[in-house]
Amino acid sequence: MIVYLVRRFGQSLLAVVAMAVLVFMGVYAIGNPVDVLISPEASQADIAAATARLGLDKPLWQQFGIFVINAFQGDLGTSFVYGRPALDIILERLPATFELAMVALFLSVGIGVPLGVWAGMRPESIAGRTIMAGSILGFSLPNFWQGMLLILVFAVLLGWLPAGGRGQTTEFLGMQVSFLTLDGLSHLILPAINLALFKMSLLIRLTRANTREVCLQDYVKFARAKGLSGRRVVLVHILKNIMIPVVTIIGLELGSMLAFAIVTETVFAWPGMGKLLIDSINLLDRPVIVAYLMLTVLIIVMINFMVDVIYSFLDPRIRLSEMKG
Amino acid sequence: MKTVKLSLLAGLLAAGAMPAFAQDLALGLKSEATSMDPQFHQLSTNIQVHKNIFETLTTQDAVQKVGPGLASEWEAVDDTTWRFKLREGVKFHDGTDFTARDVIYSFCRVPHVENSPSPFTIYTATVTDITAEDDHTVIFKTENTNPLFPAEIWSIAIVSADSLGAEDEVVFGPQGACEGMGDIPQAPAFNDPAIAVGTGPYKLDTYTRGSELVLTRFDDYWGGTPDWERVVMRPITSDGPRVAALLAGDVDMIESPPIQDIARLEAADFKIVDALSNRIIYLALRQEEGAPSIEGTDGKNPMMDVRVRKAISLAINRDAIAERIMGGYAQPAGELLPPPMFGSSGRPVDSYDPDAAKELLTEAGYPNGFTMTLGTPNDRYINDEQVAQAVAQMLARIGIQINVDASTASQFFSRRNALEFPIYMAGWGAASGEMSSPLKSLVATFDAQTGMGPTNAGRYANPEMDKVLLQAMSTIDDTERDRLLQEAGTMVLDDYGIIPLHFEQTVWAMKSGLDYEPRVDQYTMASEVKPAN
Repeated sequence: MIVYLVRRFGQSLLAVVAMAVLVFMGVYAIGNPVDVLISPEASQADIAAATARLGLDKPLWQQFGIFVINAFQGDLGTSFVYGRPALDIILERLPATFELAMVALFLSVGIGVPLGVWAGMRPESIAGRTIMAGSILGFSLPNFWQGMLLILVFAVLLGWLPAGGRGQTTEFLGMQVSFLTLDGLSHLILPAINLALFKMSLLIRLTRANTREVCLQDYVKFARAKGLSGRRVVLVHILKNIMIPVVTIIGLELGSMLAFAIVTETVFAWPGMGKLLIDSINLLDRPVIVAYLMLTVLIIVMINFMVDVIYSFLDPRIRLSEMKG
Repeated sequence: MKTVKLSLLAGLLAAGAMPAFAQDLALGLKSEATSMDPQFHQLSTNIQVHKNIFETLTTQDAVQKVGPGLASEWEAVDDTTWRFKLREGVKFHDGTDFTARDVIYSFCRVPHVENSPSPFTIYTATVTDITAEDDHTVIFKTENTNPLFPAEIWSIAIVSADSLGAEDEVVFGPQGACEGMGDIPQAPAFNDPAIAVGTGPYKLDTYTRGSELVLTRFDDYWGGTPDWERVVMRPITSDGPRVAALLAGDVDMIESPPIQDIARLEAADFKIVDALSNRIIYLALRQEEGAPSIEGTDGKNPMMDVRVRKAISLAINRDAIAERIMGGYAQPAGELLPPPMFGSSGRPVDSYDPDAAKELLTEAGYPNGFTMTLGTPNDRYINDEQVAQAVAQMLARIGIQINVDASTASQFFSRRNALEFPIYMAGWGAASGEMSSPLKSLVATFDAQTGMGPTNAGRYANPEMDKVLLQAMSTIDDTERDRLLQEAGTMVLDDYGIIPLHFEQTVWAMKSGLDYEPRVDQYTMASEVKPAN
């Protein structure tokens, strides 16, 4: 078990280092920030001064060296645009994204998995077919367009919900959250649905396919033959056995929701990290882009590491085989 | 039962989503201020927000005419000395009086602002001395004769010396060598309303980055009680959602609705106001040998020939661009600043004459035209890429084959400054509101030493014009300066040194109960939004 974890941890670390190099080089290749940031009225001397102040006059390897040394001390650079530590600016935005991603995850798992099981148990029924047809819609409609449509229907035509923004927030466990007030909740619903729809469809399809497969297994037939209640068959025998792929997907999707809720955040003007990334790219705020990408790499690597750990609990075979190796 | 519950929930939510008070004003802006420090980043997004909280000695009205602000009057004592009389009875948000000390402190602080991406020092660097004659009279001395000084100091926000911890006496020293400055608070400190203290009509309440900025009314404002109890500004960067927010009633007014949505907004009973802006969209032509990306000319640069430049101008149907691509929200341009702004001559727009253009090309020795790359941003100006595509098609008709190379603004500006394009399309907004701004930046001969022609990436050079322009820039007398600027502008355009396309029109959409006088500088200023009646 320990060997397994250590090996996985080493792999994760390697991924982080490789990403640091890639991200830094990639960001370096896109344009000169001073050209974008400085007032068009500025003279050559002003431009040279600004370039030197931002440290952009140094050769690439030196800039990278400085970045690595500072990164080890927990300093991911100072934002060109805001003049404050890049990490602070990102962490300030993290709660909004985290809340949105959690609510979306809750919606997609809470709705997607039961619907998937249902459709898998009765694939030929009308309900089963309707669920599948719905999931295709959720899959194939572009996220951006879905969001606009939600706004159009619920905010513009019906006027029930606001079209964007975060609304009122309150403090909860040291974080600013919006799900505790009515105003905040009303701002949260549409973006959460928008973010959840695709994942929900994915989970429905995945759960259904697995359920159908598991239903044909001998142990399920045996459990039924034994006269166990339908409820127990589903919850214990089926659900537990379809969980491995589902947990993998949930893990991956949580990471991607945290890191790349960009489209939803842009459409709904949600003040999260994704919107910050877009704004920073437009202004070529290199430290923020690099810090953001490093942070998301870390988050995704960590989630995957945790998924691996959960696997070994769900499936003893993984635990046992890795023990030997 | 289920439907009853649903509609009940919906009703509750709707109640929560309604704007609270009639005295509130909510604005949907296309970008967000990066800092609350008015001296941190010279960026229009920041400036339009700061002008509600902080004021300046002079003001510029909706057509950029310079008028009194915190200074009630001023005069040029001699060529390099200005005397400003400060308004009396002006209070800061914290109740303290506004005096000459605040002015000296504010100008002194500019070079001390750290990490500024685009410092305001370009306006203060030439100030050699500031002294207070008394509490309400300030004398400025400048290095050179600078007729634009009153217009330029519109950019220098006056902050409160007391709130920022200055000593009782602040003495000016050039390039930031001031005394009595105390410990100077930096940009992040300005998120605190106790630091961000100005004399403007609104006070900073809260600033939640990415989400909203809330201002509240300053009851003791010297210019009378402001119209709104509370002003909320929300950044909604994408066009569609910004329009949706207005339609849904989340905000009362938005800036820059996309042109294609305007008809729909008008049909839904929203008010649209628009005005010509000071932003000229132009084509710059590389006028040096060795220009890249030109083919079919045996390595020569055809645009060195004035006939070719004129042919390019005559080949463009500006009316068609304004009508069809800009949906009528643009005006064909004959010069670099819309008349009757200062220094414009009222020069007529070049006519559309492809036959004459073709003849000129033949005369110049290019009967079969040539091929080159046109650079353009695709997310910076209104419908920029489509305009560039239209220009390419029009030039193809006279035989000049254009490959349009459109890229995002951050890429485009870097490549433009690296002189990668033989011809490019870009825009210029005249910050000072007079012709010297575009002439100095876009067509004056590039010189890194003197700071002339910083955005002249076509490298047009006309020493005769430079002389007239420099003379204009050091002439205090308005009538004479106007004449010189007109002369310089005409010299460039007669030479087809740059090709003006059109002036953008800026559009705002708002609820029918509001009124806004559109500004040529494209700023959305909350303090100038009025209830209509």
